[in-house]
Amino acid sequence: MTQTVFAPWDDPSKKPLIRFDCVTKRFGDFVAIDDLSLDIFEQEFFALLGPSGCGKTTMMRMLAGFEAPTEGKIELAGQDIAPVPPNKRAVNMMFQSYALFPHLSVYENIAFGLRRGDMPKNDIDDRVGEMLKLTRLEKFARRKPHQISGGQRQRVALARSLAKAPKLLLLDEPLGALDAKLRQATQFELMDIQEKTGTTFVIVTHDQEEAMTVASRVAVMDEGRVIQVATPERIYEAPNSVYVADFIGDVNIIKGTAKPSGSDRYEILHTDGQPPFSAVSETSFSEGQTCHLAIRPEKVSISADRTADADNAVQGKVLDIAYLGNLSTYYVELPGGQVIKAQTANTRRVSRRGFTWEDSVWLSWTATAGVLLAE
Amino acid sequence: MNRLSWFNVTSLTLGFAFLYLPMVILIIYSFNESKLVTVWAGFSTRWYGELIQNEAFLDAAWVTIKVAVTSSTLATVLGTMAAYVLVRGGRFLGRTLFSGMIYAPLVMPEVITGLSLLLLFIGIGLDRGVLTIVLAHTTFSMCYVSVVVSSRLMTFDRSLEEAALDLGCSGFDAFRLVTLPIIAPAVISGWLLAFTLSLDDLVIASFTAGPSATTLPIKIFSAVRLGVSPEINALSTIMIGIVTVGVISASLVSKQNSLRQQRDEQAAARTA
Repeated sequence: MTQTVFAPWDDPSKKPLIRFDCVTKRFGDFVAIDDLSLDIFEQEFFALLGPSGCGKTTMMRMLAGFEAPTEGKIELAGQDIAPVPPNKRAVNMMFQSYALFPHLSVYENIAFGLRRGDMPKNDIDDRVGEMLKLTRLEKFARRKPHQISGGQRQRVALARSLAKAPKLLLLDEPLGALDAKLRQATQFELMDIQEKTGTTFVIVTHDQEEAMTVASRVAVMDEGRVIQVATPERIYEAPNSVYVADFIGDVNIIKGTAKPSGSDRYEILHTDGQPPFSAVSETSFSEGQTCHLAIRPEKVSISADRTADADNAVQGKVLDIAYLGNLSTYYVELPGGQVIKAQTANTRRVSRRGFTWEDSVWLSWTATAGVLLAE
Repeated sequence: MNRLSWFNVTSLTLGFAFLYLPMVILIIYSFNESKLVTVWAGFSTRWYGELIQNEAFLDAAWVTIKVAVTSSTLATVLGTMAAYVLVRGGRFLGRTLFSGMIYAPLVMPEVITGLSLLLLFIGIGLDRGVLTIVLAHTTFSMCYVSVVVSSRLMTFDRSLEEAALDLGCSGFDAFRLVTLPIIAPAVISGWLLAFTLSLDDLVIASFTAGPSATTLPIKIFSAVRLGVSPEINALSTIMIGIVTVGVISASLVSKQNSLRQQRDEQAAARTA
């Protein structure tokens, strides 16, 4: 049985729900968004990921209607939304601070948006009840926001923004104020609610783990530009630049020059007097071109003796060990002075660990383990 | 707790004596039987009885309250509007000038404010009476209201208003349904401030009051110039009493509110 994969971005016949068309936003001289084009499809859980100040919040505020693009246009379901004020958009937002109305009860907070239309009172009551049930807040309906905990407040904010059944829900760092455990539970809850309601979610976050967990696609942003848009797997396994590789997770970057050695094989000359590394790359490099080999630490294996049939094997000295409980990261210094991180799962107790500081070890990885990047 | 040292006790006593001795003397002498203010002739509530009979004082008190309520309400509406525009309006032409000018009456000598208002009323041919006092008091107390309200608005979380807009409110509805209820305490204390200012203003009222309307401070001041009568002491004691009750109940209410808030938050943390 084949399962249909949710991938409307690969289907040219699908029309995007949101289309950023060459959008630029300036605040005075500062360019917050720089000629950005992006499509987001219906029912997607789309994450805008980047360091603070990269323009992700500005994009969200433009979707909500609190900022207007300086140039270019934003379409929602085929319509230019620039002239539509925020209170007339079928877009709702969950604010980073939650922005719950402190003088209203949980129930009234959720009903607030519904009361603005001409919805009959009974229907409002039903809808609020439904939302309370969805977010498991029935017991707290009569409480005021300051009478509930942070996690409950977060759920009230979500219920309130979902109550009007928007076409698009914007979430601005929704889990920023929660502690790690609650955060994880809430991530799954968010995904569950997104699936149940079928609403398109756009989430803004600087937490790459959060983006990877919840999103169907992630856009990695930097300085007002989108660097890469892809599924979490592609972003992690096939980053298109050193910036993305470095931003998402941990990575070893080895700088060198490329030398073609087969149809899609390359030798990377990295340090004088050391044997080159070999790597497979889909993108082509010319002889002598500067390149960066990006390898995730968990794809580098560490052993006491040289692995016989490894594509790449190099000897080094353990410089440092970072013990993370479930994992250990070994910092191994190569003869050329370069430090490579290798990560292994601690399937055995620490006392039985094979290597310690100053040990001489072999690192090895396959030709397909790393990604070859131009910049 | 540390025990109070003799030094602390002394400074405390001196400080309180400095602040309250005049008032205590005034209150004591209001119960004086004698008509002579400086001679004690036994306890009596006679002057309170005579005060109630005194039409002129009662009229003046009624005018004062009418003026204070109307002018502080007008000042609150105008001052809140001004504060909202100053804090939320963003950059507009003349914003700096406007914000500077709204605070000018705070530092302007009252005599000058009073004089300029008098000239204005004469110029436009407005008969001096209750209306002119109300207008004058609104003018000078409005800036106090806008100072109080704008300092509250500066710390107001703007995303609350954005959330209201996002949920379908028009700009005015967002103000009415979200901003105003939240800043209400500041608006109310602005009103109380304006009310108090109007209640005890003498200088501006003397410029703008006419023969048809006199406020209590003017009445007291002119009565005292003919000699301090025990009736004035009684009147002042009543005013001190009203102010004391007001201040104590206001602080009790706010203390209870903050206690309840704290309890609620602790309860929320426990059920989390």
